[in-house]
Amino acid sequence: MSVDDRFSQELREERYERETGTFSEVITGPVSDWASDFSHADPEWAADPFPIQDDLRQRCPVAHTERFGGVWLPTRYDDVASIAYDTERFSSRSIVISNFRPSLDLAPVGGTPPISSDPPFHHDARKLLLPAFTKTAISRYEESTRAFCHSLIDELNGQDVVDAAQDYAKYIPMRVIGDMLGLPADDTSRFAQFVEDTLETVNLPPEERGERMRPMFDYLYEQVREHVDNPRDDLTTYLINAELYGQKLDPNHVVGTIVLLLIAGIDTSWSAIGASLWHLAGHPADRMRLLAAPDLLPTALEEFLRAYAPVTMARLVKEDLHFRDVDMKAEDWILLSFPAANRDPAHFDRADQVVIDREINRHAAFGLGIHRCLGSHLARMELRVALEVWLSRIPEFSLADPSAVSWSTGQIRGPRALPLRIS
Amino acid sequence: MKVQIDSDRCQGHGRCYDLAPDLFGADDEGYGQVLGDGLVPPDREQEARRAAANCPESAVTVLEET
Repeated sequence: MSVDDRFSQELREERYERETGTFSEVITGPVSDWASDFSHADPEWAADPFPIQDDLRQRCPVAHTERFGGVWLPTRYDDVASIAYDTERFSSRSIVISNFRPSLDLAPVGGTPPISSDPPFHHDARKLLLPAFTKTAISRYEESTRAFCHSLIDELNGQDVVDAAQDYAKYIPMRVIGDMLGLPADDTSRFAQFVEDTLETVNLPPEERGERMRPMFDYLYEQVREHVDNPRDDLTTYLINAELYGQKLDPNHVVGTIVLLLIAGIDTSWSAIGASLWHLAGHPADRMRLLAAPDLLPTALEEFLRAYAPVTMARLVKEDLHFRDVDMKAEDWILLSFPAANRDPAHFDRADQVVIDREINRHAAFGLGIHRCLGSHLARMELRVALEVWLSRIPEFSLADPSAVSWSTGQIRGPRALPLRIS
Repeated sequence: MKVQIDSDRCQGHGRCYDLAPDLFGADDEGYGQVLGDGLVPPDREQEARRAAANCPESAVTVLEET
């Protein structure tokens, strides 16, 4: 068998030179009107997007902005759902809105398959990954996740105030997905920087954003080459050896999927765990109720996922089209806000309230349609175990300083500073 | 009572087999499957309704009369 040189630095540089796309003007500054000039990179949106979304749903259910070269924002559940299901007219070629639209040639694969892929390729790329992310496959990681959560709590010992976002929530998904991919445990603390450089740089000039993301690609190429030399039982080796249509995967596919699993595996669960702890810290009645009735936790988790859904996706309009009352142009972005859909009173009773024993909860936190979050079973396991361990070890906790809580900006929303008083 | 899954709609969220593990299982890719003939014992009817009401894709249906 010949040497697998798909991941050589030379070939990588060659591909890097060929990467093309279109740039839009970077527009910064405060939002003048949320209906016609919204920005999901705005601090007001990061701090509390729900009143803005509720207002838009009433007066302008498909809002628009000229920022990022043109973006539409539907806030009704039905509109979000219909776009999520309509893969004919809305492409997933890029799912993180920035001032760079990758070349149309990138479809139907996209940069980070399968989340960036369109049918029919999407189905085949996703099928490669599904068996590793079933509920049964994920249950194998529960015991080690639980032990890891306990070790994090052990380290908080002796402190009155801890940052639950930085010292607890963040490390759980970083460690679990790092293990699944077979990345060295010593590197875990670097992953948070990769997440920030990927997701919180969206309104930087595209070249600068590209530079910020390069260390992650350098690191992952290095890890892939190391796995080529030393194959083992993990997802990285699996992807290196995987085949589609009788051939090994394109190197961009392998590394793109690893980027996806790493980034989407971390920021999302980090956000969901943090937002749940933030809610419980600020709502002692809910916290007491969960302590008294631990069986309620799975139901409560679904409600936290609905009310504080961390993930907003994006689509690109394929051809000019009419949607509801607006005319969308080819290459316009759609900010596909599952959080906004989850707060639509037309779809949820008491949509603006957190009801931890909500029995019927058909929420869209993990998306709808063919791009349903691949890692949803992993996320639910991490969230459940993280909260079970926290509540059992630290039953009493409160917000140490509500004004010191900060939330990530961009399409993934969760606490990034969460000082909690634990004694 | 009988339960059904519309496999064209199911995306593998897994709410049915989370909420009603006696009635639903998962295939090798995580898509929901009805266990057995889908007939719901009387003491599982509540679970069946709950699974249907929580499917994000509305892929699970309950036939009240069989």
